[in-house]
Amino acid sequence: MNNLLEVNQVSKSFGKFKALNQVSISVPKGSIFGLLGPNGAGKTTLIRIVNQITMPDSGSVHLDGELLQDKHIKDIGYLPEERGLYKSMKVGEQALYLAQLKGLSKSEAKARLKDWFERLEIGDWWNKKIQELSKGMAQKIQFVVTVLHQPKLLIFDEPFSGFDPINANVIKDEILRLRNDGATVIFSTHRMESVEELCDDIALIHKSNKILDGKLIDVKRKYKANTFEVGIKTEHNNILREELSQKFSISNASFKTLEDELKLNIKLNDNDMPNDLLNYLISKGEVSHFVELIPSVNDIFIQTVKNH
Amino acid sequence: MNHLPLIIKREYLTKVKNKSFIVMTILSPIIMIALVAVVAYLSQLNSDKVRKITVLDESLLVEDVFKNSEKIKYDILTDKSLDDAKLISIETESYGLLHISKLEDLNSLAQSVKFYSEDSPSLTVISDLEDLVENKLTNINLAKKGVDVSLIDSSKIRVDMIQESFDGEETSKIDSIVKLIFGGAAGYLLFMFIIIYGNMIMRSVIEEKTSRIIEVIISSVKPVQLMLGKIIGTSLAGITQFVIWIILGGLLMLIISSIFGIELGQIQSQQQEMMQQTMENPGITMKVQDIVVAFFNMPLANLIVAFVLFFVSGYLLFSSLYAAIGAAVDNETDTQQFLLPVLMPLILAVYIGIFTVIEDPHGTVSTVFSFIPFTSPVVMLMRIPFGVPLWQQLVSLLLLIGTFMGTVWFAAKIYRVGILMYGKKPSYKELIKWIKY
Repeated sequence: MNNLLEVNQVSKSFGKFKALNQVSISVPKGSIFGLLGPNGAGKTTLIRIVNQITMPDSGSVHLDGELLQDKHIKDIGYLPEERGLYKSMKVGEQALYLAQLKGLSKSEAKARLKDWFERLEIGDWWNKKIQELSKGMAQKIQFVVTVLHQPKLLIFDEPFSGFDPINANVIKDEILRLRNDGATVIFSTHRMESVEELCDDIALIHKSNKILDGKLIDVKRKYKANTFEVGIKTEHNNILREELSQKFSISNASFKTLEDELKLNIKLNDNDMPNDLLNYLISKGEVSHFVELIPSVNDIFIQTVKNH
Repeated sequence: MNHLPLIIKREYLTKVKNKSFIVMTILSPIIMIALVAVVAYLSQLNSDKVRKITVLDESLLVEDVFKNSEKIKYDILTDKSLDDAKLISIETESYGLLHISKLEDLNSLAQSVKFYSEDSPSLTVISDLEDLVENKLTNINLAKKGVDVSLIDSSKIRVDMIQESFDGEETSKIDSIVKLIFGGAAGYLLFMFIIIYGNMIMRSVIEEKTSRIIEVIISSVKPVQLMLGKIIGTSLAGITQFVIWIILGGLLMLIISSIFGIELGQIQSQQQEMMQQTMENPGITMKVQDIVVAFFNMPLANLIVAFVLFFVSGYLLFSSLYAAIGAAVDNETDTQQFLLPVLMPLILAVYIGIFTVIEDPHGTVSTVFSFIPFTSPVVMLMRIPFGVPLWQQLVSLLLLIGTFMGTVWFAAKIYRVGILMYGKKPSYKELIKWIKY
């Protein structure tokens, strides 16, 4: 069994509104899985179904090969997008309570909390009330509480919102560390650069349907346009442009360089090899720039959502 | 996993440790007692005032009944005209002027009795004066017609009926009063308990929603468990508060009555007077041993068991609705619309308890409403001291428990969906839809 989580043909309606339509996803063990989609696509509903907060109308969910059931609550750590803490409770008390709800014994929870608080350098917050903390500080506590019971599956919904860049980095490193320790992570966010950086697999949900999924590399391969960004210095830029436009479809490119070169995006035809193009360009002038354009997650996201 | 004890513990501890809760727990009895003391003091002030009443009795028939008392001094004028008497009355700052004209016919004389005053006089003063004049004139009339008044007085016979049920149980009027107080107190206690702690539960649900912790919690526990934990935890905190109130209140009462012993005694006697008046039985005098006897005359075992059962199920019935309301809205101001239909049957129950149970504890209205689940806890608790057949209690209790399970189910549905809904206030139609989610 290579997949920790298997969601099979899950549908869910709220009254007349269909929130999820026959959605299936597979999350490989030990991966970081990006769950993407525009606002209101159905991501949160899917996450809530995995957390057994909402029951699906049809379809099934398997965790580690077993049909999802009550006992799996302790195997999942969930950091919702809409999150908060009891305002008037002390940090330590509160963290202990939440950890105990996840099935940890009090002493075990206390030991682990001390450990985490020390590592994140928040040890002196133990007796503070949440209302005395800033939003970012409260987020840190929420993160600790989510991962404290060492779940197999971690689900983070917009984990970096509310963090300054330094603390966002701290959290990112912690997420990677948890993954390296064997946890599987589902990651729902609108920040495409963090998807780019962290995710091994992605799924894109749009208007209650899954419209794209797979390994991030495969997805990118599928979406690459065989286009190269080229910078070349010649004496007669216009002539070269004319020649190139007869062979390929070209457009102006914009990237920063030190000299005044001809900058183009050149889309190769299906049979063309990149080396042929490069050789041709070298024969025409001084090539300063030659890069294959790999579509960013952002581009893929926008393109697929628009096409649907 | 059963997290119920953990949730109950948290709810209980956060309530009990809350500063405003502690302050309320300590201050409430002090404020209550202080209020009672102030009222007692004020009413004493009022009754200490001596009123002067000027009397001009031209007929000279009634004069001798106006005897000065602690509260009223009479200034009896002779040989003055009505206008002079008015002037004197105003100059001497008397409470008012009673004028009886000189007429031969007693009936027309009675018709012409007048009371002049600056402000509208107190009702008790007027009725006291009326009684005095009326008695005197009646006696004169009787004498005129040849009836010996002293004979009438000496031949009066008092009747104090002894009441006995067919089973041979003796009761008295004191019994009914004690029953009434007991039943009323039980019903009212439940009413207060529901309102105070129902609201507390509602606020606590709203707090979890607004602080957005709710989704974290229900990814660990079932919403029904959370709801029940909240209700039970808050109720335990409520019981703690009530017990402290009773102990503290009792202590304060003891301290105050040992310092101002007389004053409190007076309030009690005033209350007794009032009660006697409402029972239209001026002849009755309450003695402590009578009350104790009356207390033990009640079906005590039945009372205690029924109190616990009806109190608990009635409270759970309403508090689950409060929890559902809390889940359905985002903030407290939105709760009014949903609170009204919950409060209506409660208030209705208290009024029925006060107006019909007193009148006729086993009448149709009282009986019917002691079966309807939303009013039955209060009404039945008020009826039980008067002796309710066991089958009625059981049927009512079964209906109540059935309904209570229904409302908990309903509330849990609303709760489950509502706690994750933010934004606009839902309509009743939407609430119904939520049940199907």
